[in-house]
Amino acid sequence: MEFNDSFIKGCSAIGAGLALIAGIGPGVGQGIAAGHAASAVGRNPGAKSDITSTMLLGQAVAETTGLYGLLIGIILLFVQPLTK
Amino acid sequence: MGQGIMLSGAEKEVDFFIHEVFQYKIGDNVLYITRSHVCLLIVMLILIIFCIVAGKKLKKAQEIPSGFQNVLELVMEFIDGLINGVMGKFSPKFRNYMATLFVFIFFSNISGLLGLRPPTADYGVTLGLALISFTLIHFNKFKHQKPKGVLKGLMDPWPIWMPINLIGDFAVPISLSLRLFANILSGTAIMALIYTLLGKIAVIWPAALHVYFDLFSGAIQTYVFCMLTMTYITDACTTEEA
Repeated sequence: MEFNDSFIKGCSAIGAGLALIAGIGPGVGQGIAAGHAASAVGRNPGAKSDITSTMLLGQAVAETTGLYGLLIGIILLFVQPLTK
Repeated sequence: MGQGIMLSGAEKEVDFFIHEVFQYKIGDNVLYITRSHVCLLIVMLILIIFCIVAGKKLKKAQEIPSGFQNVLELVMEFIDGLINGVMGKFSPKFRNYMATLFVFIFFSNISGLLGLRPPTADYGVTLGLALISFTLIHFNKFKHQKPKGVLKGLMDPWPIWMPINLIGDFAVPISLSLRLFANILSGTAIMALIYTLLGKIAVIWPAALHVYFDLFSGAIQTYVFCMLTMTYITDACTTEEA
């Protein structure tokens, strides 16, 4: 079956939107990490710099999955591998 | 490269891609010199000039630092503290590489502030950096743990886990490079979207976004890339006896 270019572009845009749902996971995860870091600073204010650096490292690693979704979204929208 | 979607309200197309500046013909192949190469050269030039000036300044170092020497000592103390904190007794060997990596990635990330396209928003650059780190990790693994130890590490709980451990090893450079690349690319893409779609009202206030996407995000990603590389190298150097 043949599809025309506009149809494929529209479907690519929907696909890019769906791919960005991947952002939910890292959002929740980073929030949990930040919350625990805040309570850790509350318990032990002296270790604030250590806790902050550990939190940032963990959050950046957790962010990776969301970024994979973002990459797929950007590729679908701007590189458009599906159109001829 | 596709045509790009014409977004409503845009007078020109959204543009954050890598463009060729000029091209060489070598036999049948064409070698493209792109914006990434040019921006990379500019970043390197800035760093080289900075290093030459810093070296000249430190030849006449004073007991009580002032001005530029103060800044240099601050930067070096910060980087040294970072490296010593993670690598401990292995730090003297890797200090040069880690400091170079740190300064280079940081300047590349914030070069968006100078109107350049950040070189780290090109997958070729970040994959290269990650492959250098990958080589360093595995060279040190074989050097410190000996091939027998590496094999033992691969069959960690049981021999049947070997394929999974192998995949885990090869995922390291891919995730390292993709993390840096995607973060910087997303910043570049969002800034390009704002400047093309909201071109008429994008006055002054995008500066706040530049602070977040270029400065904050760039600094965090530099820190993360260096931290992870240092952690992996320290892991590779640590033997069971030591």
